[in-house]
Amino acid sequence: MTTDELTDRGAGSALTEAKPILRVEDLKMYFPVKSSGLMRRTIGHVQAVDGVSFQVNAGASLGLVGESGCGKSTTGRLITRLYKPTGGSIDFDGRDIAKLSENDLHPLRRDVQMIFQDPYTSLNPRHTVGSIIGAPLAIHKVVPKNKILSRVQELLEVVGLNPEHYNRYPHEFSGGQRQRIGIARALTLQPKLLVADEPVSALDVSIQAQVINLLQDLQKEFGIAFLFIAHDLAVVRHFCPEIAVMYLGKIVEIADRDTLYQRPHHPYTQALLSAVPDVKQAKVGGRRERIRLEGDVPSPINPPSGCRFRTRCPIAQDICARVEPPLLQVGPTHKVACHFPGEMGKHPEKPITPRLLGVDDSGSADLAAGPATELPTGPGYSDTWFDLKNNTMGKA
Amino acid sequence: MSTATSSFLSVRDLKVHFPTADGIVKATDGLSFDLEKGKTLGIVGESGSGKSVSSSAILGLHRGSSAQISGEILLDGVDLLQVSDEEMRRRRGLDVSMIFQDPLSAMHPYYTVGNQLMEAYRVHNNVSKKAARVRAIEMLERVGIPQPDRRVDDYPHQFSGGMRQRAMIAMGLINNPGLLIADEPTTALDVTVQAQILDLLQDLQREFDSAIIIITHDLGVVAEMADDVLVMYAGKAVEYGPTKDILVRPEMPYTWGLLSSVPDVAADTSSKLVPIPGNPPSLLNPPTGCAFHPRCPHVAKVPGDLCRTVQPDLVTGRQGLGHLKRCHLADPDTVYANEVLPEFDPVLADELADELTAADSNEKGLQ
Ligand SMILES: Nc1ncnc2c1ncn2[C@@H]1O[C@H](COP(=O)(O)OP(=O)(O)OP(=O)(O)O)[C@@H](O)[C@H]1O
Ligand SMILES: Nc1ncnc2c1ncn2[C@@H]1O[C@H](COP(=O)(O)OP(=O)(O)O)[C@@H](O)[C@H]1O
Ligand code: SF4
Ligand code: SF4
Ligand SMILES: [Mg+2]
Ligand SMILES: [Mg+2]
Repeated sequence: MTTDELTDRGAGSALTEAKPILRVEDLKMYFPVKSSGLMRRTIGHVQAVDGVSFQVNAGASLGLVGESGCGKSTTGRLITRLYKPTGGSIDFDGRDIAKLSENDLHPLRRDVQMIFQDPYTSLNPRHTVGSIIGAPLAIHKVVPKNKILSRVQELLEVVGLNPEHYNRYPHEFSGGQRQRIGIARALTLQPKLLVADEPVSALDVSIQAQVINLLQDLQKEFGIAFLFIAHDLAVVRHFCPEIAVMYLGKIVEIADRDTLYQRPHHPYTQALLSAVPDVKQAKVGGRRERIRLEGDVPSPINPPSGCRFRTRCPIAQDICARVEPPLLQVGPTHKVACHFPGEMGKHPEKPITPRLLGVDDSGSADLAAGPATELPTGPGYSDTWFDLKNNTMGKA
Repeated sequence: MSTATSSFLSVRDLKVHFPTADGIVKATDGLSFDLEKGKTLGIVGESGSGKSVSSSAILGLHRGSSAQISGEILLDGVDLLQVSDEEMRRRRGLDVSMIFQDPLSAMHPYYTVGNQLMEAYRVHNNVSKKAARVRAIEMLERVGIPQPDRRVDDYPHQFSGGMRQRAMIAMGLINNPGLLIADEPTTALDVTVQAQILDLLQDLQREFDSAIIIITHDLGVVAEMADDVLVMYAGKAVEYGPTKDILVRPEMPYTWGLLSSVPDVAADTSSKLVPIPGNPPSLLNPPTGCAFHPRCPHVAKVPGDLCRTVQPDLVTGRQGLGHLKRCHLADPDTVYANEVLPEFDPVLADELADELTAADSNEKGLQ
């Protein structure tokens, strides 16, 4: 057994055996598009999130990556219930919170907190740092009024700020310090899940590392689970043992970190990873070999039929336009949504999905292929999966 | 890099100081560098280190403001700081042009993309509107805008972020300028779009033999694009030289900090990031001595109180060949190989340590 396989097993069992705190199934968010003019009729929908399923284990971190506009922030805002989903379920700590009313959500707000991207606009400039961090304590009546200040000072210390500065205003702090204030505020109620939406991308590189280390320390100390959203692939890899890649509102690949970065099977993940500029290239000079994607991400109002990536996919065939590929489990902790999944340069010549979907190789309905197989579509991983070597459903 | 006189662009002791109510902001404070045709210089540094102020000075964008500017900016032998405002206007867009970080704010929202391209062309070329339109469409096609003959009539907001950035590049290059300055051209873009834009810049550079200055905080972009790198801190160059030397064997602690604070897509995930402690300095009251000393973990390795009291000169480093650094450390190679690199990249550290021992025994053998 190679060390690769060994680490795989390790990562795999950690991902499959822990207890989920969040289970999201078939989550959808469609924003109405209104016509201009007086009537403001609804003329279409932005399918910002269109049927995503994943789970986050207690104290674990799931990373969410993908190009601008693919639905990462919307997913985060659904989970914190800043939006009400169009469809699907959000099971938090054993309870579906997708349809709860604002009132019923109140206790939940303690357990799920969000850190925002922009440290400049996410803090109210007219409030002191002390009242920003202390507000949740007062609202949720967690500690008596006369204890709030000392708790605020404790929190300031935890995030590495001077506890004596509780009386200052946000503009008196640098970007990195403001992001720490946002983190302190999110920690106030000792949440079980933190949704961190691009928590470091507005910061200078030297300051990014400070904040990432802080988040990692806090996660260890308080056992907080993270949904970590970022477009920087190296940062996400550093922070999260498991990562999901989104494209146009859907998860196209999800896996443990080693599998996803070393053996991605989806052409989009492969293109995304190959596009990251590499400092080590300095030794060789010149540009790295990479997959060049043509064109721009299509509009989420009228996404392409079949596989949404097909308009830019270098290996697309007829079936890709006709049938949507299912998010199929192909390893212990690896799922991919592609008719031709495989390591870079080793994609199968024929689609692997027809027998599962009851179609022929070009994607047309095929009676001879028999009925479609009932495929698991829920979050998490099962102990049976589709074995790409033998093209059959198998077991470990 | 070569001698000052023969370079296409030669910047000598450039200073850009802004008088403000609180005192003088020394945004650029004695910067010198050279750039040849067909070559790319990468400028890196934290926000506020003076990257944009320095490059705006090359375009003469501080003219008419309160900025106090001194030094020389020689482009093809002509000092741009000495030419008249009218002459500078003539050269802007023709000899030197700039691509800005945020194309939405740099393009006018009320004019079509085509109109803005045509205007940029007609300012410098006495041609009919029709001919300018043909040229605009040609440039949009060149930068990879699909259906350029139709998209030419779109307004900037009808373009996606990547398309706007490409339209900006088209505008910057429409007169084939000898020098193109790209200020964080891809910072706001996704990696896939970034790769497209960087490809485009390189193709166009090859075609027109232009000199490019690329300003960025992404060392990966620098590694893949730049021939030379200039690292700026508090308005000054702290390390400067060929990209390979600077990124593989950096000799200045601030550069070390930049390298060790960003994770690598292939690095060991159990190793911690090594941040640069503290915050960037104020340019109103820069620290005494070495401006980096309040954040530098290596101050104790320098004898006496030198780091705090004496500003190090920008001098040739141990690798020679135009690798300049501004630091008092006597043996930076050893510190980097034994202390800094092992913390964030143990594999590279072993390689470098072997290289250094080999070089060492070679030297001894020669003696
Ligand atoms: N309130 C809204 N009304 C209408 N459309 C919206 C709304 N919020 C987001 N969208 C659209 O939904 C899609 C997904 O947006 P989202 O903000 O989730 O993207 P993202 O993946 O976070 O992108 P980025 O990396 O740029 O932050 C986009 O097409 C966006 O324009
Ligand atoms: N017009 C101005 N007046 C006063 N200070 C300025 C002006 N323009 C820039 N500065 C200051 O000069 C410094 C360098 O700015 P800049 O070159 O924009 O940094 P960057 O390296 O991020 O591009 C900053 O401290 C900035 O606040
Ligand atoms: S399903 Fe087809 S279009 Fe989609 S990623 Fe796979 S090969 Fe490409
Ligand atoms: S001169 Fe001193 S303070 Fe400055 S970088 Fe070198 S060791 Fe650090
Ligand atoms: Mg977002
Ligand atoms: Mg700038």
